[in-house]
Amino acid sequence: MIQYYFDWGVIWRSWDKFAAALGLGLTLAVVSLAIGTVIGLAGAMARVYGSRWVAWPVWLYVEFIRNVPLLLLVFFIYFGLPEFGIYFLDKTQSFVLTLSLYAGAYMTEVFRGGLASVPRQYMEAAKAIGMRPWQRQRYVVLPVMFRITLPAVSNNLISLFKDTSLAAAIAIPELTFVARQINANTFRVMEAWLTASALYLVTCYVIAMLLRLVERRYASIR
Amino acid sequence: MELEPGTFLFDAWTARYALLNGLRVTITSSVFSIVLASLAGLILGIVLSYAWWPLRLLVRLYVDVMRGIPVLVLILFTYYGLALFRINVPPYWAGVIALAAFATAHVAENLRGAVQSVPAGQMEAAKAIGLTFPKRLWYVIVPQAIRRMLPPWVNTCLEIVKGTTLLSVIGVVELLLANQQVIARNYMVVEFYLMSAVIYLVLNFSIAQLGALLERRFSYIRY
Repeated sequence: MIQYYFDWGVIWRSWDKFAAALGLGLTLAVVSLAIGTVIGLAGAMARVYGSRWVAWPVWLYVEFIRNVPLLLLVFFIYFGLPEFGIYFLDKTQSFVLTLSLYAGAYMTEVFRGGLASVPRQYMEAAKAIGMRPWQRQRYVVLPVMFRITLPAVSNNLISLFKDTSLAAAIAIPELTFVARQINANTFRVMEAWLTASALYLVTCYVIAMLLRLVERRYASIR
Repeated sequence: MELEPGTFLFDAWTARYALLNGLRVTITSSVFSIVLASLAGLILGIVLSYAWWPLRLLVRLYVDVMRGIPVLVLILFTYYGLALFRINVPPYWAGVIALAAFATAHVAENLRGAVQSVPAGQMEAAKAIGLTFPKRLWYVIVPQAIRRMLPPWVNTCLEIVKGTTLLSVIGVVELLLANQQVIARNYMVVEFYLMSAVIYLVLNFSIAQLGALLERRFSYIRY
């Protein structure tokens, strides 16, 4: 057995770094989820109601994103977009773009499943009382679908938050990056990684609990 | 066929051994992780379903902790942490251990779900005809649980294959890092990243197909 003396002072002194990193990670996850939700809604609509020529590219997009590792996508977009003449994204924006596209693919699948599980009678009833197509979507189908998919969406938010750790690979100062920096600068290996792990763990649980509350608030049967 | 220097095909052909070696590392590390995770997950899943409650609590804690920490953090933690205990593992094995530890939690949780979805009457009936616990598991529970177990298990396998890219962060030259090393030399960013994306797509599609085949194999009901 070797001796390892814990020295939490290092962590203590850089608590502001950890706090900023945690905030950044959460922001990245929430922003990407928001953009991903918009992409997912459009994608699901296209796949369910669109013609073959719209549905097929969306299918390709979803399968591509879901079967290619996220880290590869991060590098591809970060290093690849400038090749196409897109220079104006800094690394954070490029990561948000990646994570949004990634979230969009997963949300497309979630919403597609949600749309399929809205009972057909709702649509028929809406037709029967004379609603226009967009009214049927806006007032009948979408509210029901959101309730059905809420648990899946909150799972996605949690996994997106965990995926923000990949931002460390392109030197965005979120939790993993900060922990790695402290590890490299001070050799307080255990302290740095235990802190990062604990912060991720606690944040995931807090998010999960908050979302559970939201789910209960909006459950279809109260 | 003559290959022009400076074209993608020429560079890909020049770097073929490096790239193939990367592919080999990706595949072997995935296979090792999948095998380790499946075996450990099987045991932990059974513990989670049937064991004495303090043991169950311990495993539950492990599963929940593993599911709340990003894989990348686990990999880095394992890599830097093991060195502290004078365990001199190469990054490859540190990565495999971390990936397997992560996937074990998922397999265990899926197995618990599958076991719980088998109606309780099955276990009671097996008890009533006097089967011992291992036999009850093997002849009654496992054949029914395995069908519900397979789809999430295939998903976990896909996650592992995608997760091996994270080993590049600790310097394991797997497919992604091999591609990056080639890119660092010739700056063909789009071509080589796209090629590796296609390779991952093919890998994952074949695993999904294999999984579908297995599911079909186990799907019929044998009375």
